[in-house]
Amino acid sequence: MSRPEQIAPPEVFYNDSESFKYTNNSRVMKIQAQMTDRSLELLNLNNTSDLFLIDVGCGSGLSGEILTERGFQWVGLDISPSMLANGLDKEVEGDLFLSDIGNGIPFRAGTFDAGISISAIQWLCNADSSNADPKKRLLRFFNTLYSSLKRGGKFVAQFYPANDNQIEQITSSAKTAGFQGGIIVDDPESKKNKKHYLVLTAGVSERQI
Amino acid sequence: MKFLTTNFVRCPIKACDSSPDSFPLKFQDTTLIQEEQDFNPQFIAAMLERLDWPAVVSVASDLGNNSLPSLKPENISWEDQENSQLLKDLHTLLLETKIVEGKMVCRNCHHIFYIKESIANFLLPPHLAS
Ligand SMILES: [Zn+2]
Repeated sequence: MSRPEQIAPPEVFYNDSESFKYTNNSRVMKIQAQMTDRSLELLNLNNTSDLFLIDVGCGSGLSGEILTERGFQWVGLDISPSMLANGLDKEVEGDLFLSDIGNGIPFRAGTFDAGISISAIQWLCNADSSNADPKKRLLRFFNTLYSSLKRGGKFVAQFYPANDNQIEQITSSAKTAGFQGGIIVDDPESKKNKKHYLVLTAGVSERQI
Repeated sequence: MKFLTTNFVRCPIKACDSSPDSFPLKFQDTTLIQEEQDFNPQFIAAMLERLDWPAVVSVASDLGNNSLPSLKPENISWEDQENSQLLKDLHTLLLETKIVEGKMVCRNCHHIFYIKESIANFLLPPHLAS
């Protein structure tokens, strides 16, 4: 089976019928929920009820619904209008933004306490059009993400790297932007269940979150 | 988009990164709704510390509300009964007031971003993408 990011850019791949399939496939939903739970576990937030979170590549809000259940206020960004339309239909609680994260996170400094991203950031490694430079887009994403987080803010991204080079590209861009952290691999021996999580902290905090 | 979010969103165009005019965006031709939300005084008090109050006042004025105090309420503990009305009022403004249609204009580059069916569109045309 081909990986979606090798077929077309995300806004093209997740057209109306693909989005509907993706959003309503119970196996996909279960895996997305598990990865969201695991990301929250890795974020290891002490408190939930007064935090403001960002969900990068929120899709139709499968992860966002879990954030809401846990009592978080959140904002979600996605490049696919039909995924977001599915989110609207489900009346998710978070604010939805149609946005290309490769062009930056459009929030002022210190907006968010923490963030998650499920199955999204590997898209940044692809050059979909002749003028898209993955290196520049990755750095723009991590630089603006860093500034949008409070100092000491945490970010966990589950992603599907196509190869080791993408892991290196993603990790080094995050570090260039100022993040501390690294990669955690769950089920490294299992070809099917192996999952990569990028676990980051944006500088040193004044207050534990 | 909730009113709260207007206090954080800024122009995504790289050339506007260092301009103080890229925040707050100017809101025009807006359609608002009030939508009931669970009241969490702890969250409101935490966000109050983080709010840029002049931007709250300016965006409220864009939306036709000129009744906000010009100074930010300070040292508001959510556990103090005395603050409960203030926190409820802020809750109504920040979380229950939603912009479902409208325009957001960057005061620096004058680019217009649209809100449709409450989704804010920040996609950039290729010549402005970074
Ligand atoms: Zn601008």
